[in-house]
Amino acid sequence: MSSTVSLPLRLEKLLGGGRVQVSESVLQTFGIAGPAPMAVLKPHSPDEVAEIVSFAVAENLAVLACGSRSKLGLGLPPSRYDLALDMTDLRQIAHYDPGDLTVSVDAGMPLLELAKVLGAKNQFLPLAVPFPATSTIGGAIASGIDSVLRQQYGTARDFLIGAEFVDGTGKKCKSGGRVVKNVTGYDLHKLLIGSLGTLGVITRLNFRTFPLPESRGAHRSTFPTLESALNFHSALLKSGLPFSNLELFDAEFATLLAASLGKASGARTSLGAGGWQVVACFEGSVAVIHRIRRELMERSGRMQALSSESIDSQPAQQLEAAFREAFDWLRRAAPSVALLRIVLPRIASGDVPDLLNGSQPPLQRSAFTLRACGVAYLALLADEEDAQANAALEREVTRLFSSAAEKKASATLLHAPLWLRERAGVWGAKRADFQMMQRVRQAFDPHNIFAPGRFVGGI
Amino acid sequence: MLYEFDGSVEKGRPEVIVFPHTTEDVSRIVKLAAKYQVPVVGRGAGTGLSGGALARGGGVMVVFARMNRILELDLENRRAVVQPGVVNLDITRAVEHAGLYFAPDPSSQKSCTIGGNVAENSGGPHTLAYGLTTNHVVALELVLPDGEIVRVGSRHGDAPGYDLRGLFVGSEGTLALVTEITVKLSRRAEAIKTLLAIFDAVGDASHTVVEMTARGITPAACEMLDGWTLRAVEDYIHAGFPRDSAAVLLIEVEGLIEAAESQAAAIAEICNSNHAREVRTARDERDRDLLWKGRRNAFGALGRLAPSNYVLDGVIPRSKLPEALEKIHETGKKFGFQIGNIFHAGDGNLHPIVLYDPRDKEQFKRAIAAAEEIIRMCVSLGGALTGEHGVGMEKNELMTLLFSDADFDLMRRIHDAFNPDSSLNPGKIFPLSKGCGEIRVRKSTQSSGARR
Repeated sequence: MSSTVSLPLRLEKLLGGGRVQVSESVLQTFGIAGPAPMAVLKPHSPDEVAEIVSFAVAENLAVLACGSRSKLGLGLPPSRYDLALDMTDLRQIAHYDPGDLTVSVDAGMPLLELAKVLGAKNQFLPLAVPFPATSTIGGAIASGIDSVLRQQYGTARDFLIGAEFVDGTGKKCKSGGRVVKNVTGYDLHKLLIGSLGTLGVITRLNFRTFPLPESRGAHRSTFPTLESALNFHSALLKSGLPFSNLELFDAEFATLLAASLGKASGARTSLGAGGWQVVACFEGSVAVIHRIRRELMERSGRMQALSSESIDSQPAQQLEAAFREAFDWLRRAAPSVALLRIVLPRIASGDVPDLLNGSQPPLQRSAFTLRACGVAYLALLADEEDAQANAALEREVTRLFSSAAEKKASATLLHAPLWLRERAGVWGAKRADFQMMQRVRQAFDPHNIFAPGRFVGGI
Repeated sequence: MLYEFDGSVEKGRPEVIVFPHTTEDVSRIVKLAAKYQVPVVGRGAGTGLSGGALARGGGVMVVFARMNRILELDLENRRAVVQPGVVNLDITRAVEHAGLYFAPDPSSQKSCTIGGNVAENSGGPHTLAYGLTTNHVVALELVLPDGEIVRVGSRHGDAPGYDLRGLFVGSEGTLALVTEITVKLSRRAEAIKTLLAIFDAVGDASHTVVEMTARGITPAACEMLDGWTLRAVEDYIHAGFPRDSAAVLLIEVEGLIEAAESQAAAIAEICNSNHAREVRTARDERDRDLLWKGRRNAFGALGRLAPSNYVLDGVIPRSKLPEALEKIHETGKKFGFQIGNIFHAGDGNLHPIVLYDPRDKEQFKRAIAAAEEIIRMCVSLGGALTGEHGVGMEKNELMTLLFSDADFDLMRRIHDAFNPDSSLNPGKIFPLSKGCGEIRVRKSTQSSGARR
């Protein structure tokens, strides 16, 4: 350290009293699977963020920006972690122009609060991600966590139009702007999406907003085999019907989904009926909903579904919310869980059965769902945490990584015990473009202070 | 001579022009250029409008005309793998039998190449609903300035790690040369409704766009032509635009029949409540093609009226459209030009057109000054310098209107991470007035970039 004055005192001098926390109990709540910071700082403005980062550069302290901390378990624990930035006091709407369908919002704004502001003007942000009540917009972007509305609205890269952030030299920077069409300068804001806080501290985000749909609907069909369910799933993708989400899942996933729905709504559902199920979610005008419902009933009948049901707007919304939270309930579905996200380049081929066929005892349970955009979630559920179960988990995760690589798919370990993430890796083998990512990281953060080691390849 | 120009008002003369056939050719060319410290500039069809494909620092021009093969079509998974010299529309032509198409549709789509589209992150009328080129590219093969061949992104479009393809798309050839592109293919909508709304006042047309946006209606495309422009177009194309109107809106909605019909009805109602003289609906594909032909060939039509025209590209928040059009009119009066407007109204992407005679130096200077005033106005309304043409060497000095020293420092570090000697496309994007490092590039003995 460059001074004899203690770190907390120097930080307090920087921010003022009351905004530097060093008590062990607070530090632990900002910890990541072991490492906890030396101090938690609560900046009130982008200028203060810039001051903290400059301080961290001068003192060679590693920094991680946090929102609600709901997804700190993503990636690997950082190799150094000195200061946590609690960004939740940066929570203003900087600009909202409903007439332009654009919004500019501070990184610490909770998603639910943002949804209320936009909802008052009959608009929304199609970033349907887990923990909306607490999760901040900055965390949702930095984590790159999936939105269940991706099939219809795309990913954040399709509607994030600009960002402000503090780079690794402690300077306030920006990229993009507040207009919906813009090619001025490099698209640096796209790099921030899913970067797990390793490129900068996001302070503000600009989005394109969308009108709230008039109505929603869903349709559920059950099939006897994976093959018949995949055929239906594939036929729907080719139908030209607009789906906000399309999920194909196994019986275990259905049971867990039903439990999640039961908790959320108190409603009993017939989801746990077994077989392979396909749920299609859709939105639009009443006429559009009516048309899609009708076609789905006809198509599922033609493709010999064991059962089919049309789901009304309200329960359809509950179902969509349950899919949205799958990341959360899947990782809590057993004492020991490895949750993989696998993106398949060819969902119409035999890749799905190949992926699933390897699961061997003593790993008796797994839950699987495939979304329309090729994103699959596979949760390996171990009911014991003994050596035998651990070995089986590791074997299966390793097999899935290599099977995914053979199919030119991407596999990511979204959630797993730390020992497993460290042994099997989180992202599989290093990609050929890893060196390019290192160059980007070095340009943004030349002093390597932002959550070093947390991201792909240990960047 | 031919390669000294593109679609912009700029010029820059290369010393050598090469036509590679393969990625390995490109790599060898770049290595050789590096050995002799000569700048390298990539070029597709040369239809760009910001000087992006001009050899500002002289050197080697790599023309991708012969790397023009569609390498793979995966219709089942809606992907195409193409070389950079493939013409934009040729991708659609290759897949339309399967009900698919490539969504980005610049006006020059019959001649511009996908490599150029990637470099500039090109748009088009249908960007309004479907986004720019970056939203339709999933993976790239690149040649870096040291000749290394690398791949970024993935076929499924969801590779773990930083979004490198998002960085390279729109980097205007300043980070790498693109040698292969994997694109998404979109499915044709079940129904398309094309409307032509005719107005007696420009303000009524622009207020219609504002109200449509505010009511959350996003058509697939929403184009505006002002009266002066549409008369020029009508004389040339005979698209059916009424010569005595003050402005027309060409609006397209797509989707399921039920959605397209209800949206078209809502749009017609908004047009009528904003005093549209008439709202016509294209009866068939022939009608629709004719209306679009009028729009797509508008720049050509205006070319008949003056020796040259300067097509600007600025963006404003959509709610500021009436104000912006008024200011453009004032700027025209101030500088003594009739400025036409034909543009993507739905996303606030303006294309004012200044007609001028490049042989008249004084007039050319005035045209440049008028253009700069308009772009400054866009920024002052909360907009941006360019919506789809790129910064290139046209607007690099205006970048300071939007970006701070800290922003440039970071962009420069990114630039230098891939192109440390500024050997690739020097003199673009970054303002030279800020001493942004281009001095490291050897100055050509030829023109080092001048306006025509």
